[in-house]
Amino acid sequence: MNDMTPITTTLKDWESDQEVRWCPGCGDYAILKAVQRTLPQLGANPAKTVFVSGIGCSSRFPYYIESYGFHTIHGRAPAFATGIKLANPDLDVWMVTGDGDGLSIGGNHLMHVLRRNVNLQILLFNNEIYGLTKGQYSPTSRLGTTTPSTPQGSVDRPANPCAFALGSGARFVARGFDVSKNLPEVLIAAHKHQGAAFIEIFQNCIVYNKDVFNDFAVPKGADDTQLWLTDGEPMVFAAGTKGITLDLETLSLQVTDVVDGDWQAAGVIVHNARNRAIAHMLVEMPFGPFPMALGVLYDDPRPTFESAVIEQNRAASEGKDTSFAKLLAKGQTWTVTGTAADPV
Amino acid sequence: MATEAAERPAETQAPEAVVVRFAGDSGDGMQLTGGQFTLSTALAGNDLATFPDFPAEIRAPQGTLFGVSAFQINFGSTEIETAGDQPDVLVAMNPAALKTNLEALKPGGLIIADTGEFTRRNLDKAKYENNPLEDGSLAKWDVLAFDISALTIEAVKPFGLGNKDALRSKNMWTLGLALWMFDRDRQPIVDWLKAKFKGKPEIADANIAALNAGHAYGETAELSGPLKQISVAAVKSEPGLYRTITGAEAVSLGLVAGAQLANLPMFFGGYPITPASAILHHLVRLKEFGITTFQAEDEIAAICAAIGASYAGQLGVTSSSGPGIALKTEAMGLAIMTELPLVIVNSQRGGPSTGLPTKTEQSDLYQAVYGRNGDAPIPVVSARSPADAFEVAIEACRIAVQYMTPVILLTDGYIANAAEPWKVPDPNTFEPFPVTFLEEKNAGETLLPYKRDGKGARPWIKPGTPGLMHRIGGIEKHVDTGNIDYSPANHQAMTDARKAKIDQIAVPDQDVALGEATGRLAVVGWGSTFGPIHQAVRRARKAGLAVSHIHVRHIWPLPKNLGALLAGFDKVLVPEMNSGQFKTVLRDQLLVDADSLTKTSGQPFAIAEMEAAIAKYFDGIPDNEGGEVPADPAQLPSRDAGHDDGSLRPEHGSPQSEVSS
Repeated sequence: MNDMTPITTTLKDWESDQEVRWCPGCGDYAILKAVQRTLPQLGANPAKTVFVSGIGCSSRFPYYIESYGFHTIHGRAPAFATGIKLANPDLDVWMVTGDGDGLSIGGNHLMHVLRRNVNLQILLFNNEIYGLTKGQYSPTSRLGTTTPSTPQGSVDRPANPCAFALGSGARFVARGFDVSKNLPEVLIAAHKHQGAAFIEIFQNCIVYNKDVFNDFAVPKGADDTQLWLTDGEPMVFAAGTKGITLDLETLSLQVTDVVDGDWQAAGVIVHNARNRAIAHMLVEMPFGPFPMALGVLYDDPRPTFESAVIEQNRAASEGKDTSFAKLLAKGQTWTVTGTAADPV
Repeated sequence: MATEAAERPAETQAPEAVVVRFAGDSGDGMQLTGGQFTLSTALAGNDLATFPDFPAEIRAPQGTLFGVSAFQINFGSTEIETAGDQPDVLVAMNPAALKTNLEALKPGGLIIADTGEFTRRNLDKAKYENNPLEDGSLAKWDVLAFDISALTIEAVKPFGLGNKDALRSKNMWTLGLALWMFDRDRQPIVDWLKAKFKGKPEIADANIAALNAGHAYGETAELSGPLKQISVAAVKSEPGLYRTITGAEAVSLGLVAGAQLANLPMFFGGYPITPASAILHHLVRLKEFGITTFQAEDEIAAICAAIGASYAGQLGVTSSSGPGIALKTEAMGLAIMTELPLVIVNSQRGGPSTGLPTKTEQSDLYQAVYGRNGDAPIPVVSARSPADAFEVAIEACRIAVQYMTPVILLTDGYIANAAEPWKVPDPNTFEPFPVTFLEEKNAGETLLPYKRDGKGARPWIKPGTPGLMHRIGGIEKHVDTGNIDYSPANHQAMTDARKAKIDQIAVPDQDVALGEATGRLAVVGWGSTFGPIHQAVRRARKAGLAVSHIHVRHIWPLPKNLGALLAGFDKVLVPEMNSGQFKTVLRDQLLVDADSLTKTSGQPFAIAEMEAAIAKYFDGIPDNEGGEVPADPAQLPSRDAGHDDGSLRPEHGSPQSEVSS
C-alpha cells in the first residue's frame, strides 16, 4: 500500500449492493459505517483494497464493502491475508475477525500474523459471545457468563485480546467500540501504521449478549469510564479531574485525583505510544477501579514481514541464471551418445 | 558346509544387475554413502533404482537394532525399475546392521563387515550371543570381515584427527571399497568432498584419504578371498543428457516448470513433515524463478496462505503428507467453492495418524478422492516414479489453472526419497498454458465472477484490477454473480456445475505400459508400484503368460477409455500398498470385477511377490486370485522398535506400558 495513490471516494462508493444481514441494532452496523466513513478519508482505492475475514457474524463484513472481499474459513483469515500480502504487497488488506474466530479457533494464526508483522489492519470485533451459532460463551466471555453451553455460568477465565496481541509481538495495539465517534480516528492510525495493526472493537451483540459494555460504552458517565489515549498527551479522564500515575514501588498504574487541571503536580504520566512496558500495563488495567483504556495504546513500527521476504527473494535472485533448461541439467550429468554411456 | 556351498548359484563375472545394500548405524552416514555410490553408478552409465530406508529417529541410540539405517541400490545393464528384491552384497557396519539385514541377503551373497564394531558391547546391543562372524552361522554367504574402523583410523592418521573424528570417515573408506568392487571412477566423489568441505580442507583431505584407502584395499585384497571386481555394463539408453533425480526434486522442478508454463509466479506454503519437507527445501533455493516459499505456523496456514496467494494471482502450491493433508481438508473445500487454482502435493506415508513417518504407503487415495465434507470433487493425479513426478507436477499445474480448481498430486515416501537416472527434458517440448486474468467486465456492464467458460471454469480475477471488485467466500454462491445464494435450485445447479467441471477435465487416454490391449490378465497399478509390476509382468510375459501392465496416472477423473480397455481382459488385478482403495474406485466407477493385491508393511512390493500373484491367474486353481502380501521380514530391516514421538523409549516396554497401550 506504500505506493497507493490517494483517490477521492465517498461513503457511498464503499457500499456494496449486498443486503446487510446482521440483526437490527447489532453493533456491527456502526462499525461498518465507521469503516465506510474512514476509507474515503484514507484516500483508499476500492480496487486495491481487500477485506479478508474468517467465520462468524463479524466475518460477513467483506460482503458489505464495495472492494475486493474474501470470506474464508473459521479462524484462518490471518493465513489467507498473509498469502495475499506476500503475493501482492500493493494491496491494502483489512482483516475482520471476532473473539471466537480470532482468539479461539484461530488463536494460533492470529499470534503468527502479529509476530510476523504482516502489513495489514486487523479488526477484532469483541462481543464476548458466539452470535452466529446462537449464543454460546466465547473465549472473552466473563467468568460466570450464562449461555446455552454454560447454563450454570462459564468457569474458564477470559482471554484479553489486547494483552494477547502485545504478547504475540504486535507493534500496534488499539481499542475502540462500535458506536464510538472516535473509532474512525483509531482506524486511521491503524492504517497509517506500517505492519500488523491490531484493533479490538467492543461490539454489542443485541441478541445474545446485550449491553455488556454499557459500563463504559454509553455516553452517560463516559467521561469517568473512558480513558482515551493520545500520544504525547497526559493520561487524564473525568474531564481532567483524574489521571493515571505510575507507582514505582509496585511498578503498577494508579488512579489519582488531578486538582485544578494540574496533572503534572499530580504526577500523571504522559502517553508514549512507543513504551511497550506501559502498554502492557494499560491493556491489563482492570476496568472498575480503572477506566477503560481506549485509542492507540501502542504504536511502534518495525519492518514488515513482506518487505523482508521480498528483499530476501530479490537478494537471492540477484545475478542468478534463470534459464530453466540449465536448472534441469544442474548437478552432475552424463551424456549418452548412440547406445553407450559416456561420463562427462 | 560343502553342501551349502554347492547350492550356491554359479558365479557370473558380468551380471546384468547387482543389488547392494549399505547398512549401518544412523550415525554412520549410510544415506550419504548410498547417495554418492548412486551418483558414481549413474555416471558409469548403469540404469538404477534406489531405496533409502531409515529410522524415524534422528539419532537413535548407537548400535541398537532400531537405529539401523540402510540404503539399497539396484543397478544394471538392463532397465532397472525397482530397488531389487534381494541384495547380492550387504555392507554391514555393525552387528545390528548385520542382524536386521541378513535375512534379505541372497544365498551366496557377499557380506562385508567391519570387525572393529563387532565388540561384545555391540553384539549385546544387537542381541547376538555369539559373534556371527566367528560362529559359522553365516556359512551360506561369503563373508569378508576386516577391521574397517582400524583401517580408517590408519588412513586418516596424517591429518591429526582424534579417533572419534577419524571414525567418521569410515563410510568413505567403505565407499572407496565399493567403488573399487564395481570399477568406478573416484574423481566425482573427490570433487564432491572438496566442495562439501570447502571451509575445512583437512576434513576433505581425511575423507579423500579414507576413500582412496578403501579403494586400495580392494586392489590388494583381490589377490585372495571372495572379494572380486564385478563389472556391470552400461545400459543401452536413449541418447541424451542424463542426471539422477529423486522424486522430491522432480516434483519441485515440475512445479517450477508448471508455473513457468502458466506464466505465473509461484507461492509455496509448507509446514515441516516427513517425507514431504524435501520439496520445501528444494523450492526455497529457487527464488530466482519467481518462487516465494512460506513456512507457515501449521499445515492449515500453509494451504490457506497458498489459497490467498492464488486469490491474489499467483500459482498457490502446498505440500504435506497424510496427517498434514487431513488438516488441510477444510481449506481444500474453500478452494473448491471459490474455484481457485491450487496444487496440493501429498507425499504419502504409512498411516493412519502418525503411522509410519519414514515408510511408504499408498493409503491416502480415499482421502484424496473422497475425503472432504460436501460434494467436493478434486482432480487427483499420481506419479509412478521419481522421474515421472516431473511431468505429473506439470500436469497438476495445468489442470489447476485451466479448470480453476485445486488438484491433488499423490506421490509417496518411496518416490520422494528414491533416486533414478533421468533424461533431462527440453523445456521447450512442453506446451505452455499461459493464464489470462479477467481485465474487464464479462457480461456487458456487469461482472459475473462465476460465469463459466467452455471448460466450465470461472474467470480468474486479481484483486487490484480496476472496476472488478467482488466478494467471494465459502458460502454457496449464485451461479453467475457469486453472491450468497442458499436457494435450493441454486445449490443444485452449483453442485452440478462443480461436478461437471471436474468430470469433463481432458485426461489423456489410458495406454498399456506393457503387453497387449486385451488378454487374460491386466495388472492395473498407480503410483510407485510401477517398478515391481512392470518387472513382474515382463517376466510373466517372457514365460508366455497373457498379462499386461496398465498404469494409471489420472486417478480422478479416470481416463475415459479405461473401462473399455479393462473390459478386454478376463481378469483385473490391482496391486497397491493399501487395503484396496484404487480397486474400490475402479469397481465403483467402471463396474469392473477387479481383484486386489495389497501390502501394508511400509515396504514396496517385491517383484517376486508380484510374480507369484500373477501366476495364480494361470495355475488353474479357481478363486485363489488376489489377496494380501504379508510383511516379509526378509525384505528390509526388521526393527523391533522405533517411534516418532520424539522420545527414545527403552527397547522393551515395561509391563505397565504394555497394559496401558
